[in-house]
Amino acid sequence: MTATVPAPQAAPAPNSAKPLPFAKAINAGLRAAMAKDERVLLMGEDIGPLGGVFRVTEGLQAEFGEDRVVDTPLAESGIIGTAIGLAMRGYRPVCEIQFDGFIFPGFDQITTQLAKMHYRSKGRLNLPVVIRVPFAGGIGAVEHHSESPEALFAHTPGLRVVSPGSAQDAYTMIQEAIASPDPVLFFEPKGRYWEKGPVDLSTPIGSDTLNKAVVARTGTDVTLVAYGPTVATALRAAEAAAAEGTSIEVIDLRAISPLDTDTVVASVKKTGRCVVVHEAVTYMGPGAEVAARVTERCFYELQAPVLRVGGFHNPYPVAKLEHDYIPSLDRILDSVDRVLAY
Amino acid sequence: MTDLLSTPGLSSTDEHAPLQLIDPQGHRVITEENATLRAQVSDLTLDDLRTFYKDMMLARRFDAEATALQRQGELALYAPLLGQEAAQIGSGHALRPTDMVFPSYREHGVAHTRGMDLAKILQLFRGVDHGGWDSFEKNFHLYTLVIGSHALHATGYAMGLQRDAKVGRAAGDEAVMVYLGDGATSQGDVSEALGFAAVNNAPIVFFVQNNQWAISVPNSKQFKGELYTRGEGFGVPGIRVDGNDVLASFAAARWALDHARSGEGPVLIEALTYRMGAHTTSDDPTKYRTREEEQHWRDRDPIARVKALLESENAWNDTDETALAAELEGFGEYIRGYVKSLGRPESTSIFDHVYATDNALVREDREWFAQYEASFMDTSGGAR
Repeated sequence: MTATVPAPQAAPAPNSAKPLPFAKAINAGLRAAMAKDERVLLMGEDIGPLGGVFRVTEGLQAEFGEDRVVDTPLAESGIIGTAIGLAMRGYRPVCEIQFDGFIFPGFDQITTQLAKMHYRSKGRLNLPVVIRVPFAGGIGAVEHHSESPEALFAHTPGLRVVSPGSAQDAYTMIQEAIASPDPVLFFEPKGRYWEKGPVDLSTPIGSDTLNKAVVARTGTDVTLVAYGPTVATALRAAEAAAAEGTSIEVIDLRAISPLDTDTVVASVKKTGRCVVVHEAVTYMGPGAEVAARVTERCFYELQAPVLRVGGFHNPYPVAKLEHDYIPSLDRILDSVDRVLAY
Repeated sequence: MTDLLSTPGLSSTDEHAPLQLIDPQGHRVITEENATLRAQVSDLTLDDLRTFYKDMMLARRFDAEATALQRQGELALYAPLLGQEAAQIGSGHALRPTDMVFPSYREHGVAHTRGMDLAKILQLFRGVDHGGWDSFEKNFHLYTLVIGSHALHATGYAMGLQRDAKVGRAAGDEAVMVYLGDGATSQGDVSEALGFAAVNNAPIVFFVQNNQWAISVPNSKQFKGELYTRGEGFGVPGIRVDGNDVLASFAAARWALDHARSGEGPVLIEALTYRMGAHTTSDDPTKYRTREEEQHWRDRDPIARVKALLESENAWNDTDETALAAELEGFGEYIRGYVKSLGRPESTSIFDHVYATDNALVREDREWFAQYEASFMDTSGGAR
């Protein structure tokens, strides 16, 4: 192992940034998108007066009215299916699925209809539908409230699948998702909703966050690839490793479809080692795709096999055991040690 | 006008009997129960009725041509509408050009009433296009093959119509009509659509062609009770009409569309008809239904009925029939020529329109494929 100095932190946030919880950042992003374009509508269960079970839409119905912040019947397929019709009529619906485990009644509409309409209409129809999904675990919830089903959607051509890893990205990415003419699955790391991060509300959109991964921390020894909830864990792992003299570069993918392979490859060509971290089940998970792509393009630079740290091959466990399941700082460092041992 | 919703029966002897305006022998039906429907057709002329008849004949000719083309190997598959001409031509003519239609995949007759070039539909069945037309050119959306899914799209579209004034669009009085079959009513999406339509009071009509067979499964194994009452629990009232009666189908659809467009809410129409042919060219109805049943419905042919009416009212004669036959001959020739002219699309078109924006994954695949194809070329560009 080469001697390293602790990597510098990512550039400090601009002066106008204020600390904002992740959920408030999304709320602010939704408000900005709705103020800018009157065709933007929110639809979902309990998103009106209640503001959603996580309060992400709090205050928006009071501000924009019941026609634009629509409390729907309790039917996910109905939410997605009617959003498709609204999009055909020129609206830009943003659907909230209350919890990850409840998206499956809408799975058919998403995969057979939403994902394919642009293709089967030969580009005549755009469906700019955003589907917000609070996902992943860590909040001590009951069954079906902590899942990470993103790979199922990334496997479907026609959909964009993204997940912000920071409050600032949450603010920017939700607006870019709404502005996109493509359907976007927007996975929100619910365990981070209350974590504060610097957010500059004057940040303009247009930075291509749906296509471009970001180097969240630079380093030289190992590349840690994460998205959504595991970005913060990866950054903490990098901090801990730095104290022991290991320099970790953290890539926040932002999107798992399409994957920004170039940014990951550029990092691994430099470090020669790669660990991918996500809460989703490891088997056939997004990490497998990252590993395959890195292996194809960095075969001669790799000093060790690409390792994955992710969910085990079991249904999401009971809340009391979830921290054995979720990739932890220690499990990440264990894999970092293993790639460094080659 | 709400009497139509509260008195679905034709007579007191069968409370579920479908409303009729023409009986199977071609006589006009005049009852107290069908007064509202009769009012809907009071402005129709004999010329209109002739148009209905000609359109039904054209739809049937289209069916025959497409079925033959499939048998000749020119189409991979075809879904005939044989027997459902009255339900489709009648309801289709009740629509205004500005109304939006969400068809299932057998609505060739409705497509014709929208002014669609029917030949285009066969692109889908030839395997050269997943759609084949512009949904908004004639306000006739692409076919939907996942049964019932489009009921929600139609409902959402109707919810969009309700919001148009608020986003500065001219608030018109358009309505939406979604076409479903009896099988589709078992799908959860259709129930959800009825619920969403009801709570939003959306301007939509659910037009259910009950052709009595969902491929091989009969009504008795599909649902219990009556289909036209299906929406009631959701708050969507229903009407049952004889779907082999072009005037009743027209009248019910026109009434329901006006009901919806005037803000009085969604309506479900059950048009009772019969799929006289196979589900598709891949199907074999001899395995699951009797010749007697098929004969029973052949005797109630929707086209024979309207022709008998026209003749009895001296609005159709042999000269008309000969002229129509010649017209249909030309139409058939056009369909055959069009289908045979449809070549294989460019291979690289498989990468087109996956996304509305540039996408790295699609770009990679497209570039790889181009390189792969090029590897078979010699340096002068010819095949190796």
